[in-house]
Amino acid sequence: MKNLSWRLIVIAAVIVTAVIYVIPTFQPGVWPHKKINLGLDLQGGMHLVLEVDADKAVENTIERVAQEMRQLLKKEHIRTLGIERVETVKLAVKLAKDDDNQRFDDLLDEEFRDLRIADRTVKNGVLEIVLDLPDTEADHIRKLAVDQALETIRNRIDQFGVSEPDIRIQGERRILIQLPGIKDTQRAKELIGKTALLEFKLIDEDHDLQAAIGGNVPAGSEILYETKEDPVTRRVQKTPLLVKKRTSLTGAYLTDARVQIDSQYNEPYVSITFDRKGSRLFERITADNVKKRLAIVLDDNVYSAPVIQEKIAGGEARITGNFTTEDARDLAIVLRAGALPAPVRILEERTVGPSLGTDSIRMGLLSMCVGGLLVILFMAIYYKGSGVVADFALTLNILLIAGGLAGFGATLTLPGIAGIILTIGMAVDANVLIFERIREEMDLGKTPRAAVDAGYDRATLTIMDANVTTLIAALVLFQFGTGPVKGFAVTLSLGVVASLFTALVLTRAIFDYFLISRKVRTISI
Amino acid sequence: MQFIKPGINIDFIGKRKIAFVISLAMILVSIGTLIVNKGPRYGIDFAGGTLVQVKFDAPVTMNRIKAGLQNMELAASAVQQFGQAEDNEYLIRTDATTPAMQDLSEKIEHRLKEATGVAVEIRRMEMVGPQVGEDLREKALFAMFYALLFITVYISGRFELKWAKSGVVAVAIMGAVYILSLFNVSIPFLMLAALIVSLAIFWFFEFKYAMGAIVAIIHDVTITVGIFSIFDKEFTLPIVAALLTIIGYSLNDTIIVFDRIRENLRKYHKEPLTTIVNKSINETLSRTILTSLTTLAVVVALFVLGGGIIHSFSFALLIGILIGTYSSVYVASPILLAWQPRRK
Repeated sequence: MKNLSWRLIVIAAVIVTAVIYVIPTFQPGVWPHKKINLGLDLQGGMHLVLEVDADKAVENTIERVAQEMRQLLKKEHIRTLGIERVETVKLAVKLAKDDDNQRFDDLLDEEFRDLRIADRTVKNGVLEIVLDLPDTEADHIRKLAVDQALETIRNRIDQFGVSEPDIRIQGERRILIQLPGIKDTQRAKELIGKTALLEFKLIDEDHDLQAAIGGNVPAGSEILYETKEDPVTRRVQKTPLLVKKRTSLTGAYLTDARVQIDSQYNEPYVSITFDRKGSRLFERITADNVKKRLAIVLDDNVYSAPVIQEKIAGGEARITGNFTTEDARDLAIVLRAGALPAPVRILEERTVGPSLGTDSIRMGLLSMCVGGLLVILFMAIYYKGSGVVADFALTLNILLIAGGLAGFGATLTLPGIAGIILTIGMAVDANVLIFERIREEMDLGKTPRAAVDAGYDRATLTIMDANVTTLIAALVLFQFGTGPVKGFAVTLSLGVVASLFTALVLTRAIFDYFLISRKVRTISI
Repeated sequence: MQFIKPGINIDFIGKRKIAFVISLAMILVSIGTLIVNKGPRYGIDFAGGTLVQVKFDAPVTMNRIKAGLQNMELAASAVQQFGQAEDNEYLIRTDATTPAMQDLSEKIEHRLKEATGVAVEIRRMEMVGPQVGEDLREKALFAMFYALLFITVYISGRFELKWAKSGVVAVAIMGAVYILSLFNVSIPFLMLAALIVSLAIFWFFEFKYAMGAIVAIIHDVTITVGIFSIFDKEFTLPIVAALLTIIGYSLNDTIIVFDRIRENLRKYHKEPLTTIVNKSINETLSRTILTSLTTLAVVVALFVLGGGIIHSFSFALLIGILIGTYSSVYVASPILLAWQPRRK
């Protein structure tokens, strides 16, 4: 008797907890708990998997080291026959004169201790030293690149304004991005995928552009294009420019970038502000190169190449270039968030429109109601009174799954709804097992109470065994599944656990209540 | 109300040879189809590629759609009606995943509207790179493998009450897989090897219940995959989920029959095993049919009303539940009898 009231208390507690968790989903704002999360397939949105080309970050590091070395050697007056990047991540230094060798070695020891000497050969009186980064260092750079890319992308998305984005590292070099409810997917992709490396480079005015286009590109320079789209004719115009390879200044020194409207032409532009070091650099570059052209290059595209009229102090500059307000806004975002340390590539993309999501919810709920109703009718007809008890358990089951979803902050997906539907069909299995057993025991001539006791006792172990296997399958699926499939694993597991509770604890308590407390003598089964 | 009267005694075991022939035929047809079709038809989840679901405001002809896709990266794509005819929805699929297709959805919208003169909505777009496809394929196979491994260990431990030996089974399977993986054996063969090793161990230890359960699972999964191949349906991630669910469900059925066999073995230890097995199947028959019916009812509801996206998934479940019910009666239990003649 006392035992029964304890069980009733536990049952009541479980039901109340589930209700507390479920209510915010249907009646937001009653109390502060989150609604059940809907997956991208139900609410619409975009799922992206990017790969960070982390090797490029190692390449960039080597390139930077090479530049640094060239400057130092120049300063120390050490003559070399050339410093070149070979095999993409190695640095080959060629030296001729013997006495410079010693000084070069000293320089290596002092300034470049981190570099590993991979090879040292003398051929035809030329000493060639091949340097590279130790493996641990290269791995560290790669890892750092992925971490930085994640941070940068997160910044950009935050500024773009997406509610509840999910951005995380997947595996070693991949970044998983989920943007629920996003509509302009094209713009979001551009914003996320842009490397956004801003560089200021001087135009090479000592050499002939036409000759360079003809194939005779002078060393230390390169051809970049300035593309402009006419807003009226939509004609794209490409202007080649001969630009010095050496980067005078990069976007790394930016502190701010924002959209402004030019009062004269009523055109949007992006105004950028440098930090102190950047301001000094910018001032020096402009002072040294008055009347020369400075190209503003973003990811190897020239935005504009204005002529420097005078020395610019104060660390402010503007980027113009036929922007729409949207373009300008996105450019400001990527400049503020900073450049990606290495380019990224889209490996996987899944976009679901909001209308499809709504349809999926509608159809999922419809099939759930129809399927559930079929099962409920069937049980009531087949097992009469006991069937109604099972139906009550089944209804509670759905409530418990919903409570579990909300409580664990799990995500409901379309396969997840299918999982609930499947659970409705399978959850009655436990009750069927028990009821069949009770019928068997009653056929043997036992009293209802003895039959119910025997039925539950005998069926319990079988029910446990049978459900553990489904649970194993669901848990493995949860571990290996992605997105929607994971949602299926979640609802299936919740369903199995909930049905164990409703079948073994809840219905038993109801039977016991009628047979023991109310002293009912017959049983409708 | 009762479908199955108490004391029913259908001779299931007596017909086990017929069932054996039927099962074998189905398995052979499945494997044959798979060989002819060169494996399952992988969806873009596993093969990589691009899939676009479009919805037109008014009916359009297939030719118009194809004409609209001409001169695009999508020229070589397959177009297929999706869902009900009155929905005017179509799936466009291609193997290409080039980065040049970055603004694909805008382009498609534009071109299709131009070609058909009907407003079009891009409802869904999925692009899976070949690398990701390969990863997902590997993941799916690992999921199947681990599900089988854990279930094997659970059954051999739970039914034979020999947890120590079931530990040996687990170690042996993992060991075999590890050694083979050193030789760069591809994963499907790894799975096959793992299965053969587990079957051999079950035979060696005389784990007849585990043997019965695993053979039933292999039977169900092979036939479901085979039927998928026969109907030329795509094999996607949700289908793997469905297969795992089928494994769980089929096992569920099998375990309930096995539990009754164990119980009856204690109760009537003088009767021959054949009689006991048959008696147990009959005693649980009512439950087997009822549960299959309720589960089928909901899955049919899902199949008919759930919409196009989940259609294949519910189709797989539908087949799996039918086959799983059949196998727990006609495949799993008769295997227990395989040891019978040697014992006596």
